[in-house]
Amino acid sequence: MAGAPAGDATIAQLESTAREIRRDIIRMVGRAGSGHPGGSLSVTDLVTALLFHEMRNDPAHPDDPARDRLVLSKGHAAPALYAALAHRGFLPHEELLSLRQLGSRLQGHVDRNKLPCIEASTGCLGQGIGMAVGMALGARLERQSHRVYAILGDGECQAGPTWEALMVGGHYRLANLVVLLDRNGYETDGATESILGIEPIVDKFAAFRYHTIDIDGHDFGQILAALAEARTTVDRPTAIVARTVKGKGVSFMENTHVWHGKAPNAAETERALAELADPPAS
Amino acid sequence: MTALGRIMATSVAGTVPKESLRDAYGETLVELGSADPRLVVLDADLAGSTRTQLFGKKFPERFFDLGVMEPTLMTVAAGLALAPRTVFASTFAVFAAGQAYNQVRQAICYNRANVKIVATHGGLLVGPDGGTHQMIEDIGLMRGLPRMNVIVPADAPSTRSAVRAAAEIDGPVYLRLTRENLPRVTDGSFRFGVANRLRDGHDLTIVAVGALVARGLETATELERVGISTRVLDLASVKPVDVPALVRAARETGALLVLEEHSVETGVGALVAATVAEGYPVPVRRVGVPDVFGESGEAWAVLDHFGLSRQRILDEAWELLAQRGKVH
Repeated sequence: MAGAPAGDATIAQLESTAREIRRDIIRMVGRAGSGHPGGSLSVTDLVTALLFHEMRNDPAHPDDPARDRLVLSKGHAAPALYAALAHRGFLPHEELLSLRQLGSRLQGHVDRNKLPCIEASTGCLGQGIGMAVGMALGARLERQSHRVYAILGDGECQAGPTWEALMVGGHYRLANLVVLLDRNGYETDGATESILGIEPIVDKFAAFRYHTIDIDGHDFGQILAALAEARTTVDRPTAIVARTVKGKGVSFMENTHVWHGKAPNAAETERALAELADPPAS
Repeated sequence: MTALGRIMATSVAGTVPKESLRDAYGETLVELGSADPRLVVLDADLAGSTRTQLFGKKFPERFFDLGVMEPTLMTVAAGLALAPRTVFASTFAVFAAGQAYNQVRQAICYNRANVKIVATHGGLLVGPDGGTHQMIEDIGLMRGLPRMNVIVPADAPSTRSAVRAAAEIDGPVYLRLTRENLPRVTDGSFRFGVANRLRDGHDLTIVAVGALVARGLETATELERVGISTRVLDLASVKPVDVPALVRAARETGALLVLEEHSVETGVGALVAATVAEGYPVPVRRVGVPDVFGESGEAWAVLDHFGLSRQRILDEAWELLAQRGKVH
């Protein structure tokens, strides 16, 4: 699966999977009555491309030392990762609706001690990227060939420790590290650029010694090509700035901070699911 | 019992050789690194002071000096530990427990990452650096974290054992070292969850950690001159704490005096008082830093100034004994 050429059929399959994941995100957050739909919907295509195409992983052997690692540094997008892991076969699909319930393995922010297929517990921004850097450093020490993927949020790029960790990755030329920025433009209180601008973000990554790729984060062709390009970059880490739409796929959630940390009610859930229904067969 | 009034502390001969706890740490790291090729050590631009440099010179490929970034020192350490491997991360206590608290909380403890934080320069004894660097809240912060183990060794030999014990267990450890050299006071042993009984007695128990253990023993010697029998416990294993030993001390000696180079609000004194209150209530007195920040001065003068002088300790002991009717 990893590294397979991305034909039209592959991309159509990924798009279909992503649609299912988005539907699950809405169901999960709607049922839970709380959570972060906006940033989960924006990151869905990145997570889908990683888990269903790019990464070496096997639901039958979640602890395989050779597996690629995914660290969701923007841990509040947990619903997207849980849904993708369920579709990939790492957990029962019916478990998804237990999100945020007492006793559930599906914590509000991902917890590796509750769910074995989670690589790192995250949620406090600026920490996951540091753990990913540590994992990449460890893999290199062990002369292991697995790769480490870290997904950052754009609000997270305002946090100092994010840049500390990125600096370490650049300094040690961790070519086995790929940072994906879910650049959806919004954080809890509003638009990222109106609160504390992070642009020019591509230049910032470049200045921190990353190979940079600027893409449309909802175009699977571009996502897969960027991940392939990262594989061929052997002298430094890669940062993929994925321009995405907050709330992608649900019209009333798109391009606003309002749905960053708010769950849809029953009627809103139905409307959202209707919008995310399969397109008519052409 | 004696009927003497308040006694005066005598000057203690300074002939006892003192040893560096930090050297003991650095040398033990090298030994551990030789035995375990997967051991990794991290520092944040203080490798000379913390002595991790000794490991770095011997095993440069497994040593990372990350520069001035304590929060990320902890997250990178956690990421390496999830590999999985054993990771030691060192910096000063004020940075390890203060600057990086939330990274220690989440990346290390919440994740259950096998990271050993060895924080040097804990407490008031960094003297001249002043209140900014005199970390007197770290034991409270670290012992409050679920899954965290906390060790405060009293001398160089027990530091060696403690570092080895930390490496052997699977789980996070916070090990606090003092910068000042300290006299040997233990038999060099350390065991998690075991209070080290350095001296037996039945009139009073002195519980101490770190640099204050030596002062506790000196106090016991002073009290012995007037017929008071003092038990001294080195509580190097702050967490897990030896509850039975504390309750037994309460039952058998009737009063406890706790000495620490830390805020009395959240430190070992608070821990001992709560443990004794629940297990066998007897009078407890906490001798530590009151609810204030420290200030610059010669290290041991600062310790005396902030209420940890030999005389103050003796006075507190005397008042406890008076409270128990053992002296008048």
